[in-house]
Amino acid sequence: MNTLSKRKIQNKVALSLSTLAAAIGLFWLCFILWDVFRHGLSFITLDLFTKDPVPPGFGGGGLRNAFVGQMLITLVAMVIGIPIGVLGGTFLSEYGRHSRLGRFISTLSDIMVSVPSIVIGTFVYAIMVKPIGHFNGWAGGVALAIIMIPVVIRTTEDMMALVPWSLREAAFALGAPYYKVITQVVYRGAATGIFTGILLSIARVAGETAPLLFTSFNNSFFTTNLNDSMPSLTVTIFQYAMGPYDDWHGMAWAAALVITVAILIVTIVGRLLIKWRYRS
Amino acid sequence: MTFSAAMVVLVVIVGIFFSLVKQAVPAISKFGFFGFISTVTWDPVHEVFGAAASLYGTIVTTVLAMAIAIPVSIGIAIFMTELCPNALKSAMGTAIELLAAIPSIIYGMWGLFTLAPIMGDTVEPFLQHTIGKVPYLGSLFSGTPLGIDILTASTILSIMIIPFIASIARDTFNLTPQVLRESAYGIGATKWEVIRNIVLPYSKGGVFGGIVIAMGRALGETMAVAFVLGNKHEIARSLLDASATITVTLANEFTEADSDMYMASLFYLAVILFVMSLITLAAAKFILKERAKS
Repeated sequence: MNTLSKRKIQNKVALSLSTLAAAIGLFWLCFILWDVFRHGLSFITLDLFTKDPVPPGFGGGGLRNAFVGQMLITLVAMVIGIPIGVLGGTFLSEYGRHSRLGRFISTLSDIMVSVPSIVIGTFVYAIMVKPIGHFNGWAGGVALAIIMIPVVIRTTEDMMALVPWSLREAAFALGAPYYKVITQVVYRGAATGIFTGILLSIARVAGETAPLLFTSFNNSFFTTNLNDSMPSLTVTIFQYAMGPYDDWHGMAWAAALVITVAILIVTIVGRLLIKWRYRS
Repeated sequence: MTFSAAMVVLVVIVGIFFSLVKQAVPAISKFGFFGFISTVTWDPVHEVFGAAASLYGTIVTTVLAMAIAIPVSIGIAIFMTELCPNALKSAMGTAIELLAAIPSIIYGMWGLFTLAPIMGDTVEPFLQHTIGKVPYLGSLFSGTPLGIDILTASTILSIMIIPFIASIARDTFNLTPQVLRESAYGIGATKWEVIRNIVLPYSKGGVFGGIVIAMGRALGETMAVAFVLGNKHEIARSLLDASATITVTLANEFTEADSDMYMASLFYLAVILFVMSLITLAAAKFILKERAKS
């Protein structure tokens, strides 16, 4: 009886501890989100989106330049990253699925997903900023694309592998060449999954700061010229939050709120899409 | 076409390595490898550079973050697989995933404005008055608690890596065959005994792989620590001292480097970080693969 009650107590203690751990995880999430909302909400104004920054101390002004810059840089990343990612994923799941090289690249992409993003920043600096001589928006886009590619490759590969082989065989039996089978059967079957992977990869790069620090750098003026250094929301947050002015801190919180909400919405939509598509 | 797209990954990884090494050549030839990693001095004025302080900061913050994150994440995974009512399971999974989706810059900023004051005003003085009194162990908590220090940085890092460990641990726990669990329950084991003697040993490899992946992440995390570590190039004895990691040094000094040797040394740091994280992540993949085979 004594050992039994001891075992029961042990059981209770251990299970309470793990519940506590779950509570700690949730606590951090709520704490961070609540703080971002609390500080950011009061600084969300129309001006934030429509005006450019003014010198600190003057009051007013906004971050239009950073919003536009962020979108342009992300757009460049998407234009480069999505086609390469989807095509690469196609190779890994279709043509190269049995080759050693294919397996190797698949593993390599998995590793590259977690390579420190700041290292990618220094790499792009070495190949695209140093030779040109000044920071530019293209470099920022390329840096984000490099982060995006392995994410898209891996999700595309996984999603295409989920399409049953019998479907492909049915198409082969009708005499379709492999590329037709891929574009008309496999892509259609995997479309939602690939799209979700792309969405999640955009959410991933939209919050990246480190690779932009030495590539697109920052710019306090409005610009759409990708050959020039280009402002982005994340680098602006870094600069403003580290700066000494209260207006800057407020702006940084507001920008943080916008970017967090956008990323969380995209992430949740992605999850729901996957759930809805692969319910069975 | 698809083949060349897939090859981009290989080309980029090889390209990163060679272009970084090429940029770092002046520093490599001047300081050597062991000379570089064992020198503490980081003096841009006299152009003497050593990686010891940054390396030390990187390793200490990572180890400390792992020490905080591992028990919490495994607890979360146990909760999600064994205790959580089914209706809550997916909500809990989403919550953990959201924690991973929050950009690191938000963690950093929140750390600077919210966590650092809390740590500096409340938590750290408390630690000093309790653990700080214990001989030997106490020296870890000496100094003035400002909140901009290794302890705060590691706390933030630990929050960031919890989702990685927790989700991999949850997935491997779920792989434990139901028959094994039921037979343990059948001979009268309590829930905790089932977890400790059946589930945990069965999923050891997977959890370990997840931990190593999270470690790779923690090594390379930049923005979350850049705000709260202070970028001080010294080997800090106390956890309440400012420090620097490789990533923080790069983020703060890369755009300011004015001499070629300074620049080359920063690239050298980037090479070291790149190789460290590649090795860690490759090891993690290897562990997970071996496990999948068996």
